[in-house]
Amino acid sequence: MLSPSILVAAIVNGLLTGALYALVALGLTLIYGVLHIINFAHGALLTAAMFAAYFAYRWFGIDPYLAAVVLAPAFFVIGYALQRFIVGPTSHGDDRNMLLVTLGLAVVIENALLFVFRADTRTIDLSYALSGVDLGFAFLPLPRLIGFGVTFVVAFALWLILSATDIGHAIRAVAKEKLGAELVGIDVAHVYAVTFGLGTACVGIAACLLIPSYYVNPSAGNAFVLVAFTVVVLGGMGSVLGALIGGLAIGVVESFSSLFLGESLGQIGIFVLFIVVLLVRPNGLFGAQA
Amino acid sequence: MKELAPVFAVVIAMAAVPLLGVSNVTLNFLVVALIAALAGQGWNVLGGYGGQYSFGHAAFFGTGAYVTAVLQVRYGVNAWIAFALGIGGGALVGAVVGGLTFRSGLRGSYFALVTLAFAEVLRISASVAPITGGGVGTLVKLDLHVVALQFQSRAVFYWMILALVAVALIVTRLIERSRFGVWLIAVRENEDAAMALGVNTTAVKLAAMVISGAITAAAGCFYVQYFLFIDSGLAYGTWISIEALLTPIIGGVGTVFGPLLGALVVRGLGEGARMVTGGEAPGLDLVVYGCVLVLIIWFAPRGLIGAFTQLRSRVMGSAGIVETSRG
Repeated sequence: MLSPSILVAAIVNGLLTGALYALVALGLTLIYGVLHIINFAHGALLTAAMFAAYFAYRWFGIDPYLAAVVLAPAFFVIGYALQRFIVGPTSHGDDRNMLLVTLGLAVVIENALLFVFRADTRTIDLSYALSGVDLGFAFLPLPRLIGFGVTFVVAFALWLILSATDIGHAIRAVAKEKLGAELVGIDVAHVYAVTFGLGTACVGIAACLLIPSYYVNPSAGNAFVLVAFTVVVLGGMGSVLGALIGGLAIGVVESFSSLFLGESLGQIGIFVLFIVVLLVRPNGLFGAQA
Repeated sequence: MKELAPVFAVVIAMAAVPLLGVSNVTLNFLVVALIAALAGQGWNVLGGYGGQYSFGHAAFFGTGAYVTAVLQVRYGVNAWIAFALGIGGGALVGAVVGGLTFRSGLRGSYFALVTLAFAEVLRISASVAPITGGGVGTLVKLDLHVVALQFQSRAVFYWMILALVAVALIVTRLIERSRFGVWLIAVRENEDAAMALGVNTTAVKLAAMVISGAITAAAGCFYVQYFLFIDSGLAYGTWISIEALLTPIIGGVGTVFGPLLGALVVRGLGEGARMVTGGEAPGLDLVVYGCVLVLIIWFAPRGLIGAFTQLRSRVMGSAGIVETSRG
């Protein structure tokens, strides 16, 4: 019943989906690695970015892949401002408060989108959305191939920023030893905000890659972010490489569990894996610190 | 008994409300607010006093609701017994989730995430499992008899949820005054220090989670008896988890009356937003909730009760006012 070609197709499809999970997870893991909090507003920001990409196409006819060039810096600024002017000052330096504030922001953003755009589900039709590469046993749609490639470009760019720029060095210093970084004159509030901005920029790009092949409604981002939490935990919180590998792995797990268990139970496979990893190895497969 | 006096005063005052001849709409509003308060009181035991911020209290609410409904509908169990077993079910889920997570030493963001994941697993399971009615949900048969725990009058439902809230208030107050409560607060303030002083932090957190789960489950059990319907979204939806933490944080985290005050304020604001827009604005009430949450954390991190105590001590010009909760 299960021919090898179906399994290979499941793996390939899983890897393509997994790359998008990885991109969303990159932003989360970066923020966690430096601020040591889970950004619960990540999903709502992803939804907001998907709406932005949708309307850029609908109103101005801007191709989503082109929109990414604008949305990435725009969402960097949004993320920077959110952390600098809301999350940072609001939380009084308490991690638990920071969690709650990001949760509050998520509720506000998601429901503001619901209020403005209602619960309607929207999609766009790109002329090339249905073209792709036929491998015989599996058909690879072009949008998802592009998404796969861009994820690696973004991951590489992030790695370059972190390892070769001054702000990257500052980010890593703050992540390792916040007090020490502060003592040598690093503006920690600024570094936090830049990190939050970079994480949010990832979401801006991810939205542009998602919109050609997915739909958008006010809760569209949540599905991806719940998965991204899993990716981040699996890959080790704060690890860029971990997020990349974790994302691909989760994509394959989901693809397999929906192959064997059906679509709705496919998600359960992810959460069970998530809980097991958290309980057995909370540092993740690649994480260094607790 | 003296330490319970404020609880009795508040409960007796609230019990008199239906006697004032208020409308059914108002009573319905109060019942729904008290359901939220009860769920929040459960969260407050673990999150407010123990500092363990759960983002998945829907796991308890939903389990209480489903156990109550399914036992009655599928197995013909008496409603009162089903209700009690529903509360027990919530405690059991608390024991399982707490046992697994606290033994692994999960804290902070990790604890928030794993509770969220448990609630999601239960939600997805409930949406496909035949025993819960799957996506269709479970409908409890209308049977307006005391034996079936259903009442003709809204006022009786109101007194019933008020009684449950009263029990939760008393439990919270007794915890606050007990040695266990002191351990719990020690865990919140500095878990490592508490451990170093010989507090069995894992056992303390686990006990708090079981109590917390039982209280929040009671809210779910009552929900089913009141609305006679449950499905996976109503039972285990993310919104339930958010509201369970919203009410204590807005009212006053780690205070006895915080969740009750928070629930009345939050539900009142939501109702206000709906009235202003004429109910034609989906999501607007939740935007208001989210804004209030952020503003409270920003300007009154100890909630409305904390802000009030601070204000009072400033007015009275003394710093020596006894703080009952977060010190």
